[in-house]
Amino acid sequence: MNHLLQLHQHVGVYLVLAAFLLAAGIFGLIRRRTLIGMLIAGELIFSAAALNFMALNRFTAPDPTVGQIFVLFIMGLAAAEVAIALSIIIAVYRNYRSIQPKGLSELKG
Amino acid sequence: MNFPATTAFPFADYLIAAIFIFFVVTTVAGALIAALTTRIIRGVSGLALCCIGLAGLYYFLNSPFLALMEILIYVGAVCVTIIFGVMLSETDEVLPERFKHKPYPIFGFLIAAAVAGAVFVGIARIGHGTPWLSPATPVTADSWKVAAVGDALLTTYSMAFELISLVLLVAILGALAIARGGRDKK
Repeated sequence: MNHLLQLHQHVGVYLVLAAFLLAAGIFGLIRRRTLIGMLIAGELIFSAAALNFMALNRFTAPDPTVGQIFVLFIMGLAAAEVAIALSIIIAVYRNYRSIQPKGLSELKG
Repeated sequence: MNFPATTAFPFADYLIAAIFIFFVVTTVAGALIAALTTRIIRGVSGLALCCIGLAGLYYFLNSPFLALMEILIYVGAVCVTIIFGVMLSETDEVLPERFKHKPYPIFGFLIAAAVAGAVFVGIARIGHGTPWLSPATPVTADSWKVAAVGDALLTTYSMAFELISLVLLVAILGALAIARGGRDKK
């Protein structure tokens, strides 16, 4: 019981959770049939990395600002990635009338 | 049963544990919804749920600043942008024509589940089994403050800070340029 009460003080809980997020992201990346679904799965993988950084930053890092700033940069890059990926998806949808990665088999030229 | 002397309310520990487990369950449920549904809009909702749970976990990891940023950037910006993307393209995953009259293909699902399960078991064992060491010098409470993050952003990491603003600017311009192309081509 005492162990359960102190659960939030164990680094292992956060790391296992981050591994689960990574696994869910990889599953989605393999399984989803649309580009937007794959983008969502990629965001899950980003979140897994950020959670790992924050957990190790909380429990093992001598200077706790490093992890927070790195996770902040991960969030900024994820936002930029979403903007680019969505504009590519919309451009693909205009040309193919579909956002399924299976249909994107033609190259220009 | 011994209660810590610092908390006035005797069941504070139980409350804290319950809130922590609630956020863990929220994160797991959101990730499962995001990975398993076939409707994209449900996937986006799952991602938002997962990010709310993650914000709570960041709060438990001593960083309310990042908890706020997680909600602001992921739930407020990323998920809303993806919803706009869904509105401008298609909303459902359509089953391929050759599977319309057959039972749902289970083989690919099994392969994906096996790969994801192997990744999860391997990394979880590493994370759980490694004896992580605490820092040699104890971290002071001052270095967890938001002011410390601001100081570091403007001194040690000022170059990276400027670079990421440049990356965001280029990303916005690039997104505009890509999404604009092909608009008049029907």
